[in-house]
Amino acid sequence: MFACIFIPDFSVQAIVRFEPELRGRSVAVLGGGRPPLEKVVALNERARQSGVEVGATKSQLEAWENLVLRARSESQESSAHAALLDCVQSFSPEVEDTSPGIVLLNLAGLEPLLGPLPKIASNLSQHVSQLGLEAYIAMAANPDAALLAARGLPGVTLIPEGREAERLGNLPVDVLLESFSSTFSSGFSSFPSDVEQAARWSETLDRWGIRKLRALAALPEVPVSERLGQQGIRLQQLARGAVQRNLRVWEPQLIFAESVELEHPIVLLEPLAFLLNRMLEQLCARLSARALAAQELRLELKLSASQVNDDASFAETPTYKLAGKIDQKFTRTLSLPTPMLDARVFLKLLQLDLQAHLPGAPIVKIDLSAQPARPRALQSGLFQPVFPEPEKLELTLARIAGIVGEGRVGSVELLDTHREGGFAMRHFAPVEPALKLRTKVKSSGNRKKDEENMSMQGNEKTCELAESHAENIKINGEEKMSAVIALRLFRPPLVASVTVREAKPVQLCCLDREDIAGEIVWTAGPWRSSGDWSEQEGWSREEWDIAVSSDNEQLVLYRLVQDRLSGKWFVEGMYD
Amino acid sequence: MGASPKLAAVVPASRLEVRATPEMVSSGLAQLDSLTGGLARGCLTEICGTASSGRTSILLFALARATERGEVCALVDTGDAFDPASAAAAGMEMSRLLWVRCGEKYPSRKPPSAGRRTNSRSEELPGKRSPGLHPEGQRWESRLGQVLKVTDLLLQSNGFGMIALDLGDVPMASARRIPLASWFRFRRAVEHTPTVLLVLERQPIAGSCSSMLLKVSGAKKLSAIRCQLSGKPPMHAELSHAELLDQFEITVELMCSRLERKLERKPVQSTRASFQSRAAWAG
Repeated sequence: MFACIFIPDFSVQAIVRFEPELRGRSVAVLGGGRPPLEKVVALNERARQSGVEVGATKSQLEAWENLVLRARSESQESSAHAALLDCVQSFSPEVEDTSPGIVLLNLAGLEPLLGPLPKIASNLSQHVSQLGLEAYIAMAANPDAALLAARGLPGVTLIPEGREAERLGNLPVDVLLESFSSTFSSGFSSFPSDVEQAARWSETLDRWGIRKLRALAALPEVPVSERLGQQGIRLQQLARGAVQRNLRVWEPQLIFAESVELEHPIVLLEPLAFLLNRMLEQLCARLSARALAAQELRLELKLSASQVNDDASFAETPTYKLAGKIDQKFTRTLSLPTPMLDARVFLKLLQLDLQAHLPGAPIVKIDLSAQPARPRALQSGLFQPVFPEPEKLELTLARIAGIVGEGRVGSVELLDTHREGGFAMRHFAPVEPALKLRTKVKSSGNRKKDEENMSMQGNEKTCELAESHAENIKINGEEKMSAVIALRLFRPPLVASVTVREAKPVQLCCLDREDIAGEIVWTAGPWRSSGDWSEQEGWSREEWDIAVSSDNEQLVLYRLVQDRLSGKWFVEGMYD
Repeated sequence: MGASPKLAAVVPASRLEVRATPEMVSSGLAQLDSLTGGLARGCLTEICGTASSGRTSILLFALARATERGEVCALVDTGDAFDPASAAAAGMEMSRLLWVRCGEKYPSRKPPSAGRRTNSRSEELPGKRSPGLHPEGQRWESRLGQVLKVTDLLLQSNGFGMIALDLGDVPMASARRIPLASWFRFRRAVEHTPTVLLVLERQPIAGSCSSMLLKVSGAKKLSAIRCQLSGKPPMHAELSHAELLDQFEITVELMCSRLERKLERKPVQSTRASFQSRAAWAG
């Protein structure tokens, strides 16, 4: 059996999918010319009932007050079609991408897995409606019969094998010819591939008084062949639902992208967030249909060349005005530490990122794509320490970065240098220590045995963790159980005025901090170090450890540094 | 009408709630653990002390041990004073430490929006800003505003084994401007979580919100130098660099503990523990 999913008024539904508030309203889609010569190319059932027709001009439509007009958006149509293909892929591996808004799938052998055909049809309908699309679904023994039934019969239609001609008989001939004209470009179906030919046939059949497929099917084959040729015979077989063919299987490309072209440029972040929310939900639904998650999100905004309107109304609104230099494209990439699939988390991350990096000009087009990855599969151990949820942690980090500034939150990586302050800030992405902890709960007597057991597993990571663990235990023996005297750094180092007597500093006075001053009662040093001689940023310094008597008779230990290149003294930190 | 004899035996609901004894976790220092029983999860612990008293050493050591246990820790650094080299020498697993550097690079892009409820906690200390504040005080006030907001976020995100607030450089005048309500909020947020909330400061500021108050005092060797300075006979006539920094003696005094009923008030005689630290270069 084959199933066909047909989205009626696809151009309209693709727009309504991104603007759900238009559902239930009369919508007409304009296209086919430059303004103001646009004409209606598609409309929904409600608009049709109110008397609007395809081909009407914009000026003719002024009579309809409640009619919503939208420009045709190819990007939204391709997004909707891609979503439809993703959806049906979760039902059958054999899918044919027939034409925009029409998809065929082979259900052979799927009944034991997915249940009886009515249940499959119901599930298909439910999944497609979750995408924000209303579909006509038909099932038949051959693909073309299913296609004709889906195009001509609303709702869900199930045609038993052998009764195709009977069920298709009541359909108007136009359905067959429309299918012919709409699918010729893809060349996938059995329909003849000539629009003009279809128009001629329509006229001919109309002259003969053939209105229904039943009448076309009942015509004698020889006269039809004499008048319409072999393609006429083919058309007649299609009308009987008797054409058997194989599907041209669509090879899915793992591209998860959504796109929206805007009629009016967006200048505020709040409406942008609304649109991003919809796009992210659609993206997550598509990823979810394939049991995938997003590893990276890429947002590309096409910016208008015109300047931002400095109207006072923008300033009064409770969101942020976009301003700054103008660029044609604005791209932001969010790399996630672990694959995630939560539209709300993505939206918040994008919002926080956009607040920190404003696009700088009105937005006319939004492209959002996700790099798919297998979702995180992890079962926490019973004795595993608490660990932040990656999604929550990512949001927290983004919020903190918004407070303290980007690059001022994260984990530290020490660099291989003797230069003071040799470290780099990295994105905070801790790894759960599952294996490490398992060895820690064992008694020390079995430690060696555990290490041997773990090394037998052959997993490199396991061995690495075991070695690291063993090393830690060794270091953490009695020898290491004393605190290390810590240094509190002054950033930047405090410029100091130092009195030197007999090559030793004896008096300290810090220019920026009045409390760091006094007689130096104890010194140790100097320790000389230098580096990067071959570079422009070469450095050379002398370090002293000093004890200074403060006003309240307390002694404080400092690290005093003299830059040997400039001769200046600095208080670099305090031992505490 | 008298109460029924059956009802008299019923314990009122108000008396049913008994605060569970918090789980204690080792600080890594045996002497400190024997003094306090460790650091309490789900509680706020204050470590106060003057400059060069050894308070930062204790804090970094406790954080290092927590990261070694596999826990994820956070350090909210008010004065941007954290030295990664000292932390690495203490055995810190850097990948599990989230370092938040509060400072001047505050992105003040977010304008106070009209018609929207302003978040009083967000930018500065609530209700405490005075126009005549010293510029240095205003700088610290701005940083403390960041600290409070970041700590709120960290406590809400859960999953952290230890969160440390380093207020060691904050002048007392500014530190006292942190409203008590903030400490109450932190205490409530950390309650019933496995997080140890440590606050490093010069003097106690959290009041009754802290479950344990530790006072770290200077090293004996420093007092020896002071004796030398004042002309009194010193305990050590001459101190080498290794003697001072490699055997830096730290004394911890348990000032107050609300973890046990018997220690709810300040003990008549504080209990102390002393231990020696080592220099980072000592290996």
